[in-house]
Amino acid sequence: MKQLWDLAGVFSYLSLLTIGGGMAAFPELKELTVNTYHWVTFPELLHFYSLGQLSPGPNMMMVASIGAVVGHIPGAVVALVAFFLPTGLLTFAVGRLWTHLATWRWRPAIQTGLGSVAVGLVLAGAIIMGIGAITDIFYGAIGLAVFLLLWRTKINPAYPIVASGLIGMGMHYLGLS
Amino acid sequence: MNDAPQQVAEPPSLGKLFWVFLVMGATSLGGGVVAYLRTGLVVRHRWLDDLAFVELLSISQTLPGLNATNMSILVGDRLRGGMGALVATLGMCLPGAILMTGAAFAYGIGGDDPWSKAFLHGIAAGAVGLILVVMVQLGAKVLKTPADYLFVAATAAAVAFFKVSVPIALLVAGAVAIWWHRPRDRTPR
Repeated sequence: MKQLWDLAGVFSYLSLLTIGGGMAAFPELKELTVNTYHWVTFPELLHFYSLGQLSPGPNMMMVASIGAVVGHIPGAVVALVAFFLPTGLLTFAVGRLWTHLATWRWRPAIQTGLGSVAVGLVLAGAIIMGIGAITDIFYGAIGLAVFLLLWRTKINPAYPIVASGLIGMGMHYLGLS
Repeated sequence: MNDAPQQVAEPPSLGKLFWVFLVMGATSLGGGVVAYLRTGLVVRHRWLDDLAFVELLSISQTLPGLNATNMSILVGDRLRGGMGALVATLGMCLPGAILMTGAAFAYGIGGDDPWSKAFLHGIAAGAVGLILVVMVQLGAKVLKTPADYLFVAATAAAVAFFKVSVPIALLVAGAVAIWWHRPRDRTPR
């Protein structure tokens, strides 16, 4: 029971950090789930995060995976509700107030200012994730190839991500990792 | 966009709203839910015109929360009020939530297998590339002055290398950046 409360606390807190997308919460997600509560190991977190990129819908459904590891189905439900409820209520309220806020003179400042900080948080998430996932030059090449492919073409990201996994298995077969 | 004003259809029933979001939640593979939302809501069902869609999207992107769920809430509320927001969000989240819960149990059974480890290590490396692309695309939209790049670098370095906790980074860097872009009186334009 205490674990469900911990899940609710952690994920409702993380919810409020998702400015500019789920990745902005990744540094704190790692800190809490790996270092503080020991729910998952860092490699496990990376695996769930990456699997989440392959699942349809919002790209942070991996919070359900962590919830399920900690507290089975109830854990998954608690993690999901905690992760989506606080920002959900905020969005709902602001959506209704929006017509009043549209002409507020600080709004562009907040949008632009928080935008650059959000990009910084996504970069921090990518660095922390890279430290765990890019363990040698071969994995670096996979990451770089996916980056260039997605940056330069309009291909569906699911294909290069699945291909990365198959290359990982190929490297295992060849004894490269 | 074309010259003729876009024709907007009648708001759907709650059941129809749930079903359409459930289908989008189940088929929007590979991220980029926003593109699926526009195709479904503006092009196919014509529940919103492009102007309303872009307006709701800009709210979604300003507020914390994921774009996909924020958009579900705003579109659902616009079309069918509070219950609409609830069923749209549930529809959007259910397929992925069930899959990722299932993934956790599958991982508990097969996660130690060296082949699945090799596969997952591979997709983790690929996902780093994906996140960097997301960052570049987000940056292209929001980074306007050289100072913005400094805010990005300072935030990233503080969090990734100096272990500054995210809320502190968000408050400090956010306050400085918002102040930097503060509304100025007597703007010539």
